[in-house]
Amino acid sequence: MKSLAELQAVREKARNRMALNGNAPDHVRVVVGLATCGIAAGARPVLDTITQEVEKNHLTNVTVSQTGCIGMCQFEPIVEVLVPGKEKVTYGKVNAEKAARIVAEHLVGGKPVAEYTIGSLMGNKPAQDETVTPLKNTDFYKKQVRVALRNCGFIDPESLDDYIACDGYQALAKCLTEYTPDQVIKIITDSGLRGRGGGGFPTGRKWALCAPNKAPQKYVVCNADEGDPGAFMDRSVLEGDPHCIIEAMAIAGYAIGATKGFVYVRAEYPIAVRRLQIAIDAAREAGLLGKNLFNSGFDFDMEIRLGAGAFVCGEETALMTSIEGNRGEPRPRPPYPAVKGLFASPTVENNVETFANVPQIILKGAEWFSSMGTERSKGTKVFALGGKINHTGLVEIPMGTTLRDIVEEIGGGIPNGKKFKAAQTGGPSGGCIPASLIDTEVDYDNLTAIGCMMGSGGLIVMDEDTCMVDMAKFFLEFTVDESCGKCTPCRVGTKRLYEKLEKITSGNGTLEDIDELEELCMYIKQNSLCGLGQTAPNPVLATIRFFRDEYVAHVVDKKCPAGVCKALLNYYIDPEKCKGCTACARKCPVGAISGTVKNPHTIDTSVCIKCGACMETCKFNAIKKV
Amino acid sequence: MQKKISSIPFKGTAEQAAQLQKVIDANKSDRSRLMMVMQQAQDIYGYLPFEVQQMIADGMDVPLEKVFGVSTFYAQFALSPKGKYNVSVCLGTACYVKGSGAVLQKISETLGISPDECTPDGKFSLSACRCVGACGLAPVMTINDDVYGRMTPDQVAGILAKYAD
Repeated sequence: MKSLAELQAVREKARNRMALNGNAPDHVRVVVGLATCGIAAGARPVLDTITQEVEKNHLTNVTVSQTGCIGMCQFEPIVEVLVPGKEKVTYGKVNAEKAARIVAEHLVGGKPVAEYTIGSLMGNKPAQDETVTPLKNTDFYKKQVRVALRNCGFIDPESLDDYIACDGYQALAKCLTEYTPDQVIKIITDSGLRGRGGGGFPTGRKWALCAPNKAPQKYVVCNADEGDPGAFMDRSVLEGDPHCIIEAMAIAGYAIGATKGFVYVRAEYPIAVRRLQIAIDAAREAGLLGKNLFNSGFDFDMEIRLGAGAFVCGEETALMTSIEGNRGEPRPRPPYPAVKGLFASPTVENNVETFANVPQIILKGAEWFSSMGTERSKGTKVFALGGKINHTGLVEIPMGTTLRDIVEEIGGGIPNGKKFKAAQTGGPSGGCIPASLIDTEVDYDNLTAIGCMMGSGGLIVMDEDTCMVDMAKFFLEFTVDESCGKCTPCRVGTKRLYEKLEKITSGNGTLEDIDELEELCMYIKQNSLCGLGQTAPNPVLATIRFFRDEYVAHVVDKKCPAGVCKALLNYYIDPEKCKGCTACARKCPVGAISGTVKNPHTIDTSVCIKCGACMETCKFNAIKKV
Repeated sequence: MQKKISSIPFKGTAEQAAQLQKVIDANKSDRSRLMMVMQQAQDIYGYLPFEVQQMIADGMDVPLEKVFGVSTFYAQFALSPKGKYNVSVCLGTACYVKGSGAVLQKISETLGISPDECTPDGKFSLSACRCVGACGLAPVMTINDDVYGRMTPDQVAGILAKYAD
């Protein structure tokens, strides 16, 4: 690719092929979401069926292709039908049988199958003049603004042409042909973009700190070591729109004067790795990576490095040590990576989602981006909604959306009529937002102010059945496992924290233990070497802060209010509800249940091992945890 | 976390050794590719026995203790062999909240092995893994490349039976 004109020509051709120019009004595109979650839910047979049926019916105006994550995990497999000039129709929970009916009725007959659409699965009523609710009008979608995810679920991630058709590589071309590196940095700085990996450091400033440092070789690193349990937006971007990361890294390289990039991807994401490699090869082939890009004299190339399952490698300096082929242990800062990073050279490292915003900011301008969001957090943020919530999935919303909107409207509330208790953000480094603060506007600073953090964007919803002490213990078990062992406060401190939580959840805690927990947390935060240790106590501190009464219930009353901590609960049969069917007594592995037919049974708590088998068996809801 | 080191004798073939040598030759000019070589070695042998780590150390011209340091640091490097079918249960937050602990427990009881162990006949191994990123389908378990979502302990026996061959 030597010039903008050449890129434009490819773009026009690709747009015509995809019928995006209004050139083929009867052209129909069918896309099937084939990200990891779609494939797990059975999207491959759906894609096969549609392809076969389309062939069988000789529908020459229909193209069928794969795409990345459409964003509604619980409705996978998802199929979308796009007809020029019409609202797209989105089908959910499709199987081979439904796929055949969609081809027969919608593609051949021209009438959408209303009952299979996402709108109808979500229970949204179509407006009067419509037969189906378009996806964009559903509660799940209408508050969303897609910037980082704009191409995910629209283009075929394995097609460079598809990406170019959606303005791909235009931003790189613009930077190389119209802007100086300083101008590029200024645009990113003015946009207010901050690091989406969790820290929230201003991206423009990061680039500006690195740019003036002279060195024979500088590096751009993309952090795709998405280790927070519950977060999967980076995977979705890599699986759904890998070229935008390549383009953004090349732009960053131009801005700071680096000619070499590394993407560090966790090895648990094989599909992301495969698609990114396909994209890198295609870009290289097309001259979008390599020497003298767009005839500007700027060279840039990149390669993938795989992680091997170490959470700490998501930390900036540990990631660099890992790329160098070592144990992924963090390094003290300063010197900062901008001065001495990868291979001891000046380096800029950004997260996948941060990079995914860059090409759009270059194309649409800093003002467009900074018009979204709040005073100090600009743009949008992708959240992975999970846990006890009706609509799980990936949502991209403007910064400053309230937690209430996210949980109640977009997420569709809590299943089974349970009460919302808290939302956990930031994974093992984050805290929780309790129900009392549900009207918090979610941005970097508001979350920090309540002792929480944005983190990479995992948002796990918890209901009244979740024990907050157990939750804190779960995260500490994670950090104890993942602490790299280099510095003592983290290595030993997290272990001691875990032991104290274990003591409390097993019913042996005292009120002093809670105070000691807090004191130890502060010590670990202040003295650990890297982000892992500095944030590891956050789940404990946040739960003590907002749910101290639960800790007290564990140590004083020796009760677990949520009925989770096994040592603190007993099973009990309600004599009013028990019909004496004997099902539970037969199921009990230790023979702790006694009683005669048609008479209420009782559980001998000294024998009971609290396995819960009786409760699962009882058809009359007679067995309770107290 | 201490890794389980295999006591099963090393049974590498000449063919495997040749494959590994090829990988080493392609990467030995750049020592930062040590992890890549180790990952590919694990693909060849299924795990990284001491003998293979020695071959890598010699081939890449790095001290054996460095190779051993890396292999013990990262969770993905296995020092003991995996079963024909590796059952992996996700203990990430979303799965945990939705009860994957009980699923793991059930599998452990059914197979008679703890996580990171392999059944004596070499058929099944069990592991508890971190988030596989399919939180919408929680709780999730995988058997080799097959993914099972929305798991309950009751489904365990039926699913394991599918891998009886």
